[in-house]
Amino acid sequence: MIGLEHYLMVAGALFVIGVFGLFLNRKNVIIMLMSLELILLAVNINLVSFSSFLGDLIGQVFTIFVLTVAAAEAAIGLAILVLFFRNRGTIDVEDVNMMKG
Amino acid sequence: MTAAAFTFYLFSLSVLAGGLMTVLARNPVHSVLWLILTFISAAGLFVLLGAEFVAMLLVIVYVGAVMVLFLFVTMMLDVDFATLKGEMARYMPLALFIGVVILLQFAVAYGSWAIAPGTETRVAAPAGAMENTRALGVLLYDRYFLLFQLAGLVLLVAMIGAIVLTLRHRTDIKRQDVIAQMMRDPKTAIEMLDVKPGQGL
Repeated sequence: MIGLEHYLMVAGALFVIGVFGLFLNRKNVIIMLMSLELILLAVNINLVSFSSFLGDLIGQVFTIFVLTVAAAEAAIGLAILVLFFRNRGTIDVEDVNMMKG
Repeated sequence: MTAAAFTFYLFSLSVLAGGLMTVLARNPVHSVLWLILTFISAAGLFVLLGAEFVAMLLVIVYVGAVMVLFLFVTMMLDVDFATLKGEMARYMPLALFIGVVILLQFAVAYGSWAIAPGTETRVAAPAGAMENTRALGVLLYDRYFLLFQLAGLVLLVAMIGAIVLTLRHRTDIKRQDVIAQMMRDPKTAIEMLDVKPGQGL
């Protein structure tokens, strides 16, 4: 029988994979944004599984809000990325030093 | 093993494999495709959990819109990804260390936990007999209406922000100048010349 713990373990492992990817792809902002999406997906799996196993719909409502914010974040992040690439010709995060005094 | 258990293991395996390949793939386009696999499998998990609306939202909004946006940006940027990936080995020890530490922390947290007694009496919105989508709609448009509108506002701000950020006015190309076109008048546009017969201009 699949219980709440199984889903929580999947979500936890996905979260760790997201954080792992965040540190692994220090140069590549696109993959970093994708890792952020993975982390948010792990949070969503947590929310939905608790919502399902406790019989409380609030978790799913919250998931919808997390989805909204994640979509907005992806749009703004990619816009900044395009702008940065246009100015610098690279997406290396370590080149983000134009604003230093 | 029942069918539900088999489906759970299938979907969770493909979620984890997709996530791992997303961060490890050499080609970012492949990363996006693996991420799409992850989201679709997560939608399958949500269907298993009885959250059909969120599952379909994940497929439509994420796979349909956000991932296509990622794919466009990845394909449009002409980046030499090979050099970026060459650095990956350098960060591998640190990333593995941090990943293992967080995993151990999760293991400690998952080792012993229990739902507090009386939790089931504090359920704020019981799932009830309504189907998932209708129940969510009732909840969203009634109790959480203000938050729902504010979420829409967040999306509006994000949309305007993305447009304003990426809009640029290039000076090295010819553009249509509507005002100049409208302000033309025949007196200045046409010049009458008195051409003698048999002669050109």
